[in-house]
Amino acid sequence: MTNALLDSFDAFPLILSLKVAALATVLALVAGVGLGWLFARKPFPGSSMAEAVFMLPLVLPPTVIGYAILLAAGRRSPLGRWIYEHFDYTIIFSWHGAVVASAIVALPLVLKSASAAFGGIDRTLEAAASTLGQSRWSVFVRVTLPLAWPGILAGTLLAFARAMGEFGASLMVAGSIPQRTQTLSMAIYDATQAGQDDLALLLVLITSAISIAILVACNRYLSLR
Amino acid sequence: MSRIRHAALLLAFALPFQACAQEITVSAAASLTNAFKDLGKQFEQRHPGTTVRLNFAASGTLLQQMSQGAPVDVFASADQATMDKAVAQKLIDVPTRRDFAANSLVLVTPVQGGPAIASLQDLAGAPVKRIAIGKLATVPVGNYTRQALDSAGLWTSLEPKFIHADSVRQVLDYVSRGEVDAGFVYRTDAAIMQDKVRITLTAGGHTPVTYPVAVLSGSKHQAQAKAFVDFLVSAPGQQVLDRYGFGKP
Repeated sequence: MTNALLDSFDAFPLILSLKVAALATVLALVAGVGLGWLFARKPFPGSSMAEAVFMLPLVLPPTVIGYAILLAAGRRSPLGRWIYEHFDYTIIFSWHGAVVASAIVALPLVLKSASAAFGGIDRTLEAAASTLGQSRWSVFVRVTLPLAWPGILAGTLLAFARAMGEFGASLMVAGSIPQRTQTLSMAIYDATQAGQDDLALLLVLITSAISIAILVACNRYLSLR
Repeated sequence: MSRIRHAALLLAFALPFQACAQEITVSAAASLTNAFKDLGKQFEQRHPGTTVRLNFAASGTLLQQMSQGAPVDVFASADQATMDKAVAQKLIDVPTRRDFAANSLVLVTPVQGGPAIASLQDLAGAPVKRIAIGKLATVPVGNYTRQALDSAGLWTSLEPKFIHADSVRQVLDYVSRGEVDAGFVYRTDAAIMQDKVRITLTAGGHTPVTYPVAVLSGSKHQAQAKAFVDFLVSAPGQQVLDRYGFGKP
């Protein structure tokens, strides 16, 4: 690795990747915990079908997710057109698009672990808290959530790792615009296609190091418990 | 019974290998997609037993694939620069190189709700928020665009509006969906999406758009590959290209 390469190294894709992954993880966490609790605790007619729909992004190729977002929020779609006309804003070719794409792709990982964690809790502990005069919300925050937390956290770390690696759907929705929407994975793709093998290798090493750090942290945290 | 089964098994394994021997892989610039699908079929009809496998992408992407050892027999690029790079990397059997088509660079806008544009200068106006261009590193149409806008003195001022696409067909796709307000493609690309994109002007100030083709030095099917190149420059081949709007080199 030459010094010139390191000097010309542009941190923007790395910072954008971390920002996109962090925001996408927050979105996936909130939606995943809510939906996981719903599916584990309040099954309704067709709830297993609904759960399967939310799990789809795990199975479908990211290109399908990307295309679905284009169809739903593109400038030709009713929603996309309405937002564009009223707010002069479109999610396409903006890094917000990458956040939405990554959140959708990461959601199943939180949802599945959260729903399993909620399902595995000893319900008598919640009942005991209720008899001690706690409100339903208070029981959820003080008893249910802490008991389910290790499972949720494991899912969240996986979701973050998945969001860091998101490529296909984000590329379709946000494009690969240098200094604006180009994430680490897109920078690697562009460098490879342009024959900049040194740069591609450097970016690969960086993204590998970050991913390994996340996975090690995940394992260590879970084995401590 | 078992003898028949053995024979069938042998046949099943042998057939694909036999087919392989008569197969050529043609890596062609994305703008050639429709014309080459047609040309491939016609070539197969004229050379029974030869299968043409087509691989389309931006010329620069195709070059990367070949320099990393992709088993390609014929390379057709959308500019001379990418072919020159392939020659410099010793990938090309130089005497087989020939120009077989020409094209022109046009500015397209969405038919539905596109901005009114009369000249390149209008691209600087407020109604034009996003302009799709080919990625400079790999997509020839991006470089022609850069030359045209440099000649007009507009490149630097328009730069914040650029959306970089992976190939000329992606530029066309962005414009046809209305996700960008304008884009630079070849005339032949605009022609296949007449219902969705409108040609607003033909851009000048760039090196002529000519397509070179050549056989790869590492090709294992030299005879068929050369025959395909010959077919491209022959009268029937040129007729097909003409039908898709390509000019003579």
